[in-house]
Amino acid sequence: MVKITVDGKVLEVDENNNLLEEVLSQGEDLPYFCWHPSMGSVGSCRQCAVIEYANDEDERGRLNMACMTSPREGGRYSIEKAGQFRAQAIESIMINHPHDCPVCEEGGECHLQDMTVMSGHTYRRYEGKKKTHTNQYLGPFINHEMNRCITCYRCVRYYNDYAGGTDFGPQASHDNTYFGRWQEGPLESEFSGNLAEVCPTGVFTDKPFGKQYVRKWDLQTAPSICTGCSVGCNTNPGERYGTLRRVVNRFNDEVNGYFLCDRGRFGTGYVNSDERITVSMTRASSDADPHLASPDEAMSQLHVMAVDAIGIGSPRASMEANFALRDLVGKDNFYAGVSANDLAMGQQILDIYRNRPVNVASIKVIEGSDAVIVLGEDVTNTAARIALALRQSVKNLGKKMARDMKLPDWHDAAVRQLTMDRKSPLFILSPHATRLDDVAANVHISSAEESARIGFAIANAIDSSAPAVKGLSKEEKSLVDTMADALKNAQQPLVVCGTGSFSPALIDAAANIATALQDGDKKANLAMVVPEANSLGLALLMNGSDQSLDQAMSLVADGDAKSAVVLENDLYRRAPADAVDSFVNALDNLAVLDSTQTRTGEAANLVIAAGTFAESSGTFINYEARAQHFYSVFKPKDSIRASVKWLSDQKLSEITAACASSITDCGGMANLTPGEDFNVAGMKVPRQQHRYSGRTAMRADINVHEPKQEQDEDGILSYSMEGVPATRDATVFNTAWSGGWNSNQSVFKFQSHTGGALKQASHGQCLIENNSKTKTWNEIEKDNAPEGDFAVFPLYHLFGSEELTARTPAIQEKATSAYIALNGDDAQKLGLQASDGVALEHNGSVPFIIRSSIKPGTVGVPVGLEGVNFRNLPDGIALEKASSWTAPEKWHAANIIASDRASSEGEA
Amino acid sequence: MATDKPLTKNIEEGRAPFNFKKYTAAGGYESVHKVVKMEPTDAVELVKNAGLGGRGGAGFNTGLKWSFVPPPDGGPRYLVINADEMEPGTFKDRLLIENDPHLLIEGMITTCFALQSNCGYIFLRGEYTDCEERLLKAIKEAYDNGMLGKNVAGKKGFDLDIYLHTSAGRYICGEETALLNALEGKRANPRAKPPFPQVSGLWGRPTVVNNVETICNIPGIVTHGVEWYQALGKGDYVGTRISGVSGRVNKPGCWEVPVGITFRELLEDYAGGMQDGYELKAFLPGGGSTDFLIPEHLDLPMDPGLVQKAGSRLGTSLIMVLDDKTCPVGCIRNLIKFFAHESCGWCTPCRDGLPWVEHILNNMEEGKGSLKDIEILDEMTRYMGPGNTFCALAPGAVEPLQSGLKYFMGEFEAHINHGCSYN
Amino acid sequence: MNNIIASTVVKARELTAEEIKEIEHEKTHYPYTQAVGLEALKIVQKYQGWVSDESLLAVAKYLEIAPDELEGVATFFNMIFRRPVGKHVILLCDSVACWMLGCDSLQGHITKNLGIEYGETTKDDMFTLLPVPCLGACDKSPVMMIGRETYTHLTAEKIDQAIAHYRDGTPVDQDLE
Ligand SMILES: Cc1cc2nc3c(=O)[nH]c(=O)nc-3n(C[C@H](O)[C@H](O)[C@H](O)COP(=O)(O)O)c2cc1C
Ligand code: SF4
Ligand code: FES
Repeated sequence: MVKITVDGKVLEVDENNNLLEEVLSQGEDLPYFCWHPSMGSVGSCRQCAVIEYANDEDERGRLNMACMTSPREGGRYSIEKAGQFRAQAIESIMINHPHDCPVCEEGGECHLQDMTVMSGHTYRRYEGKKKTHTNQYLGPFINHEMNRCITCYRCVRYYNDYAGGTDFGPQASHDNTYFGRWQEGPLESEFSGNLAEVCPTGVFTDKPFGKQYVRKWDLQTAPSICTGCSVGCNTNPGERYGTLRRVVNRFNDEVNGYFLCDRGRFGTGYVNSDERITVSMTRASSDADPHLASPDEAMSQLHVMAVDAIGIGSPRASMEANFALRDLVGKDNFYAGVSANDLAMGQQILDIYRNRPVNVASIKVIEGSDAVIVLGEDVTNTAARIALALRQSVKNLGKKMARDMKLPDWHDAAVRQLTMDRKSPLFILSPHATRLDDVAANVHISSAEESARIGFAIANAIDSSAPAVKGLSKEEKSLVDTMADALKNAQQPLVVCGTGSFSPALIDAAANIATALQDGDKKANLAMVVPEANSLGLALLMNGSDQSLDQAMSLVADGDAKSAVVLENDLYRRAPADAVDSFVNALDNLAVLDSTQTRTGEAANLVIAAGTFAESSGTFINYEARAQHFYSVFKPKDSIRASVKWLSDQKLSEITAACASSITDCGGMANLTPGEDFNVAGMKVPRQQHRYSGRTAMRADINVHEPKQEQDEDGILSYSMEGVPATRDATVFNTAWSGGWNSNQSVFKFQSHTGGALKQASHGQCLIENNSKTKTWNEIEKDNAPEGDFAVFPLYHLFGSEELTARTPAIQEKATSAYIALNGDDAQKLGLQASDGVALEHNGSVPFIIRSSIKPGTVGVPVGLEGVNFRNLPDGIALEKASSWTAPEKWHAANIIASDRASSEGEA
Repeated sequence: MATDKPLTKNIEEGRAPFNFKKYTAAGGYESVHKVVKMEPTDAVELVKNAGLGGRGGAGFNTGLKWSFVPPPDGGPRYLVINADEMEPGTFKDRLLIENDPHLLIEGMITTCFALQSNCGYIFLRGEYTDCEERLLKAIKEAYDNGMLGKNVAGKKGFDLDIYLHTSAGRYICGEETALLNALEGKRANPRAKPPFPQVSGLWGRPTVVNNVETICNIPGIVTHGVEWYQALGKGDYVGTRISGVSGRVNKPGCWEVPVGITFRELLEDYAGGMQDGYELKAFLPGGGSTDFLIPEHLDLPMDPGLVQKAGSRLGTSLIMVLDDKTCPVGCIRNLIKFFAHESCGWCTPCRDGLPWVEHILNNMEEGKGSLKDIEILDEMTRYMGPGNTFCALAPGAVEPLQSGLKYFMGEFEAHINHGCSYN
Repeated sequence: MNNIIASTVVKARELTAEEIKEIEHEKTHYPYTQAVGLEALKIVQKYQGWVSDESLLAVAKYLEIAPDELEGVATFFNMIFRRPVGKHVILLCDSVACWMLGCDSLQGHITKNLGIEYGETTKDDMFTLLPVPCLGACDKSPVMMIGRETYTHLTAEKIDQAIAHYRDGTPVDQDLE
């Protein structure tokens, strides 16, 4: 720390950071454009100018960019004295700007507007014509309006340098510089949506939001958790007129930081979908005609049925909803709504987190890792935010090189220049090429079983007390040694694995590597990806019980249960279709609570209209066993209720508390919210902004009486404008907004240090504390080699594999229907032509693509895509050319990595 | 007796450049044989003591610049020759390369030995097609005669490759860090300094960027020594440099002159004075990015310090003459148009400020200006001043304008209402 | 390039054997292929006259550089033509020394004779006229280049002669160059 003076004020600041970051951290206002806390400085926009004085006598000083300045002990600076320069900079930046704020989606939350006001530029002196540009079509997510560009280069610095995108860039030069793709077309990065938040003006905006646009202040917002995968990114969704309009990032320094993936940002359109179940329906038997059930009727039928029913929980429902169902049917009658293998893997992971000498890695920790091995988990498609974090981890070598040269690591361009293509090691073992291969030191294509063997061998190479692996080839041995050495020599090694390969052996292998890396107090980091938002929560909730969906099905098959209540779960995604068919047919009563219609729901005789995440509150447990609370964003119509409201008449906080006290390791759930009695001066925290407009007129076309504000019985937020905005406690940080800072950049005002934790913390609570120092090992279990000609491995799609987001129109534009992927030689052997289909056992016929990375004798089958049920397939299958076949309309080869294309054969 | 024109001794108008044989016969490549018997650090020290200032415009002591290169660490280190020469009014590097390419190559070899570098690049302006052909030929001859490749000049372990890179037309590539980006195949935006190229330059490795003329001085200095070199200058000044004149003079051109002669000597003795019917109104002393000087400055020695005191920069020391029949406002407009177009677009003041200035000057030419515009112009010169922009392009660009406002305010005012009255 | 999904509608052209040979030669000069990008574009332009989308993509694929990155470089430099140009490109220096010696009226002369303004190409695709920043021959102003040839001390007559030469091979006076 050093002491500096800024306009006479003495500040103590960190000399390792740049002056801009430090000055902002002290609460000062200093405008900037090109700088971003997670992307460092390049000094191009010249907006953060300050005067730096050489010594006490110096009266003129010299102009410097704060973002490019290392504060020095005793340094004297002035923000005020550079004010005229900053005003000039804004004035010239604005000469070509269209001043179209009234029709611009950014208006009202525009960093450019804020900075213009802050810099004091009000009167336009430039009288020439403005430059105009042609815009590009950039796909379903992002809108392009180049005329608003101020050439701050943030978009490329984010999209290319930070997120690793390659299909975007700056073009031309001087005042004609253009940012876009070389040919128009959909942006390929899975993280393109962050452009809308990174761009300080309205060049890149949220396209689906633009189609149902309202101003920031007209949105009702609440802190939420993304349900797209098990990472649990923090979000602030916004609603108006009963429809969910958009999702923006909610800063959490340990989890998502500033960025979301596109599934999370753009995947919530299903909340407004026509497929929503808006009323409960009932029928006497499964072949009778359904009729509408009033909420009261539905409620009483459900509770009557539940008396002797089994309950089937869900990894996509909250802890509270699952717990309430468990309570309703009785603990012994509660089954996790996932297969025995899935449940076992969840519990296996919990066991590792609890007992192995490892740290569970948050996204922040992943970003800080300096050697990583990824075992069989295609994180870009199963837990995308982790992939973005891994892309940052490979940059740590460069930062270290910079530090060794006394170059500050915020000096972004210089650090990149120094580093060139050197990277911290990232090793990937996978049955196919992945989107992270471009930053990987080594990609080894191998089946889950082979990867597990190699994983076990790596553990053994690091710590010889780990079980050894016999029969490795010479190449495998040298690969093992390379990886073992790199991991062993790292300061912060990380192992990433998960359930994506459906391989318990792989998970064991990952645990062994992480265990082997433990050395005294130095523990390795481990991240285990699980499939859904609350998968790990569900595993916790089972509390050691092995009551899986398989068990529920055999119970019913044996005639030991006649009724079932299914919570937010489409069983056809969990088990083979014929097994589910027998299950539902054998039941007398089937109640399904869900927000959208599913095949399971179609078989039910009571379908109950459940709220989505946006209309519910509760707790999700992410892949790290981090419990995070989400608040309902808006109150649905009375016929729709949060599942937990249907299942229980207890207050949410009571259910949370009961869950916390009765389930092992869940104690931390009790402290996630400030408590129901939280208020400031007797008032709750408003979900609506003080500037929320038109409240009295919003419904005037229906009724001139202003309706009573909806009440929220559950918590500390109110569905109204009244109240005291959440500045005191960041766990209810439902919008980033501060005086003079109307854009999301204002988040620094809520952080204890710019770019760092929120002042009152909103980390959630990691439930599993692990102080173990005992190394225990898993033994290698040999899987039986799959029968059939082709060993099947799963393929995941960020857009399409997840059930709910796949019902969102913008996601559907990016998604594809089912297909299989195989090696070119195999295709040839099967006599396949590009336009042929392949008959897939139990699944009908699908198109195919050739991916050169795939090994002969293996076939990739997508999980969760329309037109295929992965659960129908055994581990090994036969394939044959389909007779008389035409490709389905929604089929297109999505997400094929260029390097993975053997030829144009098989492309549709 | 050593020559007193080390840069141009082999140059004769109308004669093809010396080939390797002739060049060697004329004493060429001696510095290489000499330097390989020295300690590299001593060679750096020698050049430092000679007091040679960089000829690319900034005039920084060349040996001192070299001494910032960290000791070898086993990795590559580079010498890069700046032959981009796009500064309006500058045509000296062309003269040297076109007429004596071996001199540059000799200088590079000697320099690389001093820098302990095994690789040199020549970043040549693409439009200099003759230079390209002649350099390629000379490089090949050097390889064929053991002056490049393995064990240069028989010195065991001294391996050196020299590559020619031709650019594709952008003034900003002359800025040394933008040049490095261009050489790496990137957009030629400049880089922030520090880190300086000597520490992290081409591909993140230690790199020295020097101007063509600077390096052409090295053979002489190493061969004949510091004292000889220092005696070349006039009075206390050291060495020779290429200076020249363009505009309405009788004999436009450029010549090797002793450092320290006055502008008048250059203009009258070398360039033959103004053409009949034209009066000297002002002159840019060292390229389009320097401030105007006026006839009263003619007796100043061409010395960076003195020129700076007079309110300008010596720059490339090729002077451009503004005569009394040429419109100073139009002249400035032409320069600004060039700089606005050549701005790389990286930083705000230059990218958006220069086009604004151009717009105002265009209006003035047509008599559509206002007094307020003059205020804005004046403000803009400070807005884009040194330190305010990312690199030195914009501060250079506004130099003719700011001095123009000082010396020709009347003309600007006249333009406001009546437009340009020169034909 | 590894990371690209490659969803572009443009189809890459086949690079010719000569082009590939020259690109391969350039590759030996640099430790990273990225550095060859601009060189390769120049090579392609030498043979094709300009850099079409198909050519740009071909170079990108050949060098495994993202086409977006290559486009950023191609459009940055003045002398990479991303639109078709005539068989001969006339580069007329319009910087200060040539301006003082009348390049504007020479431009007027060319425009009148060939019917093209700066940035335009004659109907027969023979000539494109472009302004060029200072050609570094200010002592011989006004100056222009056609192809790789530089013409100094320009007058309207000299320009006419040069144009005639390129049009039908009429010899140019020695002192023109
Ligand atoms: C916009 C701009 C253009 C420049 N153009 C050239 C140039 O064409 N040739 C050159 O040698 N130096 C040029 N320079 C100066 C170089 O940045 C650098 O200082 C020089 O090459 C160093 O060589 P020296 O030490 O031998 O003088 C330019 C600088 C700027 C800011
Ligand atoms: S001053 Fe001009 S040329 Fe230099 S970095 Fe800024 S925009 Fe680019
Ligand atoms: S924020 Fe410092 S120059 Fe842009």
